[in-house]
Amino acid sequence: MAIDMSQFYQVFFEEAAEHLASIENLLVSMDVDAPDAEDLNALFRAAHSIKGSSGTFGFNDMTEVTHVMETLLDMVRKQEQPLSSGIVDACLEAGDVLRNLLAAHMGEEQADAEAAAAVARRLHELCTPGQQDVAPPAPEAAAPVAVGASRYEIRFRPDDASRQRPESIDNLVDELGRLGRVLSFDRDGAVGDQPWRIVIDSPQALDVFAGIVDFVAESGSVSVREFDDGALGVPQTGDDDEAYGFFEPMPADGAGEQEAYGFFETGATAEGNGDPQLEPSAEGDEEVADDGSYGLFRSPAAQASVADDEAPDGSYGLFAQGKPAQAVGAAVPARIHAAAATSEPAAVAKNAGGGEKKPVTARGGGDSSIRVSVEKVDQMINLVGELVITQAMLTQSAEGLDPALYERLMNGLVQLERNTRDLQESVMSIRMLPISVVFSRFPRVVRDVSKKLGKQVELKTIGEATELDKSLIERISDPLTHLIRNSLDHGIESPDKRRAAGKSESGTITLKAYHQSGNIVIEVGDDGAGLNRDKILAKARERGIETSDSMSDSDVWQLIFEPGFSTADQVTDVSGRGVGMDVVRRNIASMGGRVDIDSMCGVGTRMTVRLPLTLAILDGMSVGVGGETYIIPLNYVVESLQPGPNMMRSVSGVDSLIQVRGEYLPVISLREYFDVDGACTDWRKGIMVILEADSTKIALFVDQLIGQHQVVIKSLEANYRRVAGISGATIMGDGRVALILDAAALVGQSRKTLAVAA
Amino acid sequence: MQLGSEAVASDDSHRELEQEFLTFTLGPEEYAIDILKVQEIRGYDTVTAIANAPKFIKGVINLRGTIVPIVDLRIKFGIGTVEYTPFTVVIILSLAQRVVGVVVDSVSDVIGMTPEQIRPAPNFSSQVGAAFIRGLGTIDERMLIVVDIERLMLAPEMALVDEATA
Repeated sequence: MAIDMSQFYQVFFEEAAEHLASIENLLVSMDVDAPDAEDLNALFRAAHSIKGSSGTFGFNDMTEVTHVMETLLDMVRKQEQPLSSGIVDACLEAGDVLRNLLAAHMGEEQADAEAAAAVARRLHELCTPGQQDVAPPAPEAAAPVAVGASRYEIRFRPDDASRQRPESIDNLVDELGRLGRVLSFDRDGAVGDQPWRIVIDSPQALDVFAGIVDFVAESGSVSVREFDDGALGVPQTGDDDEAYGFFEPMPADGAGEQEAYGFFETGATAEGNGDPQLEPSAEGDEEVADDGSYGLFRSPAAQASVADDEAPDGSYGLFAQGKPAQAVGAAVPARIHAAAATSEPAAVAKNAGGGEKKPVTARGGGDSSIRVSVEKVDQMINLVGELVITQAMLTQSAEGLDPALYERLMNGLVQLERNTRDLQESVMSIRMLPISVVFSRFPRVVRDVSKKLGKQVELKTIGEATELDKSLIERISDPLTHLIRNSLDHGIESPDKRRAAGKSESGTITLKAYHQSGNIVIEVGDDGAGLNRDKILAKARERGIETSDSMSDSDVWQLIFEPGFSTADQVTDVSGRGVGMDVVRRNIASMGGRVDIDSMCGVGTRMTVRLPLTLAILDGMSVGVGGETYIIPLNYVVESLQPGPNMMRSVSGVDSLIQVRGEYLPVISLREYFDVDGACTDWRKGIMVILEADSTKIALFVDQLIGQHQVVIKSLEANYRRVAGISGATIMGDGRVALILDAAALVGQSRKTLAVAA
Repeated sequence: MQLGSEAVASDDSHRELEQEFLTFTLGPEEYAIDILKVQEIRGYDTVTAIANAPKFIKGVINLRGTIVPIVDLRIKFGIGTVEYTPFTVVIILSLAQRVVGVVVDSVSDVIGMTPEQIRPAPNFSSQVGAAFIRGLGTIDERMLIVVDIERLMLAPEMALVDEATA
């Protein structure tokens, strides 16, 4: 049964990344002394899901690490082993290693096999005490690998006697474990006619294994062969498709475990001590659906609710128990939070089966979410925009009708208008994600960095539900991380210093997000030492930046955004190299936002990042020139005024300057700039719009102001090309296209012309 | 019988090679373009002029949320009467990831032609560069100028594409 597994890889990558993120969150937020049982279960489930899915796809390096991690977590959750900070640290480290392995499978990084082995060993050591009555841990993690070992593949059919006695198989595995490193053990011989398969690294000779396996195998069924490459490390998965037993019904190994592992128990993990012929448990039975169907990676929680529904052929209910709203790298799929909470997970799975490549994340519990490509969402937004225009057109045409005669039509139109507006709002909200997606990764950053620096820091987050556009979410993460590291390193003092200053030893970093007049504001505040004005000024002078003692505080604080600026006395690996703050400012500026700093010596520092809610929408002022309408981005507009008779000043006979409150500003006539016919030429009849960009002001001469709108930005370049002075286009309420002015370029243009003139 | 079935077979093979073309007129001339490049045909609507664009680029329109530039081929080739009436037709072309509208005098019909029916064009100079003319097709008494519309529209001289990407 050849099936292209690669189409599921992306699903696995995303889900694994999500599980890793939730493991990290759970670990960081866990109270070591009194862990919440539910959290421990969730932790175990996440580790278990990764193990199961990575095994299915043959990413055995990940399986190995997660297996030991899972064993440890299982012991912790069964209270066989108390949770310790050592365990938390080890699991966090394991999470990092897994992330690295994941990235390696995605082809982004080099896999660090040594780190993986090291972390597996560490986890294994942690689970050794109190280990008597649970399933034996994977022997591969601890067994030493001798230099010069070769890899062998042993296939055999167990005889009836050993099928009845699972211990004999365990003994076999132990025995083999003494000879070398057992990499995988597939007991897919449930049906009886499939050979079991063991892969082992060992320095022993080939025939030794046959002798051992003979004890439990049917006579003549043992075959041992040496892998040609003999390479140690990641087990090869190329030739062992059938070994994973995708399509053979398989019993759940219900003996030692509470949950049935269902279909995809990979033998690679030597998991459990269940007798292969044990009567399948109730849950397991349903899992064993018709040939060809498969219910991948259901978490135990979701399992119960899905168990009754047998999945139909070819359908898949992938990766239940996903944590919704988790941004996964730069991958395209956006998430849609669907309100359709009560739909049966199996029903969702059925829909997904119809050739749809994007997986459906079904959740056993209340809410559910689906992955949809951003492209589809954008297309929907476009169509809704069209609908709004059509609706406006209908309303307009109906205005001439007698309301008494066409009452029902009129009522219908009113309803249409309301529905369209609601539809538009909800469609726009699809692209919006809560900022908690970004905030959730900072507890880890704070924890790691503060530990490294020997500081005690508490992170408070406020306003995590504040929503902003997905594209911004992806881009805001790095700058914010940088600001937080900066606060940790430069802001919060060491506990000694804090005590000396009369503060509590533990510092606080506050992350706060809220909406303010069409912007999203994110504050990163600390109660640390505050910025040192004298130090910054001294450093600036050292670097040859022009300064004066009379500079205002806010001007001084802006100096730290200069490239290469650092006041750190020594370079640490956290910060101090002087790259960063300028990058932060540049990144935020490229999103149309800005950073402000408030600081008070000894009290703390607050960095305020202001961003537009979305990159797709712009606050604009529409102006008329001749018959054309142009949009000026509102954040460049300082004021607009009607020029008085004495305000225009001419230079060499041409009116080219306007005097506004003692300032002379260059005038650009939009009519001349864009060569528009029929526009107003008389200064006194038009309007001057004062624009400011890069602290340069110009006056833009237009015929009239039309209004202020939020406009959806459309690319002009998609089907046309760049046009000087135009940054994009939008569609107005009447369906016509209006061009958006590139205010920064217009201002820059005037500066160039002035320079030429001078 | 034998003869008849053979004839049918050859007819079929012919049809396989046959390509469909949309024909339109510019003044007295009749042009043909590959129908697979045509997305739709619509009436001429108000366009938003683009500053400092060549005369034949009328501006941009909103095509269901996409900004689409409109080229008047009559101005570009200097033929036909340039006037915009309710009957003025715009052919929306879908070219290599781009959508472009062209204004023509009128759209005639869709015809099928085999490669043999398209003769290579003799060398001559015209507004339409010889490089963009695939050949001359003959249907009854009509002469069709078969244009490689994709190459033409994406050519630098149409000023529709950034020079860097062209």
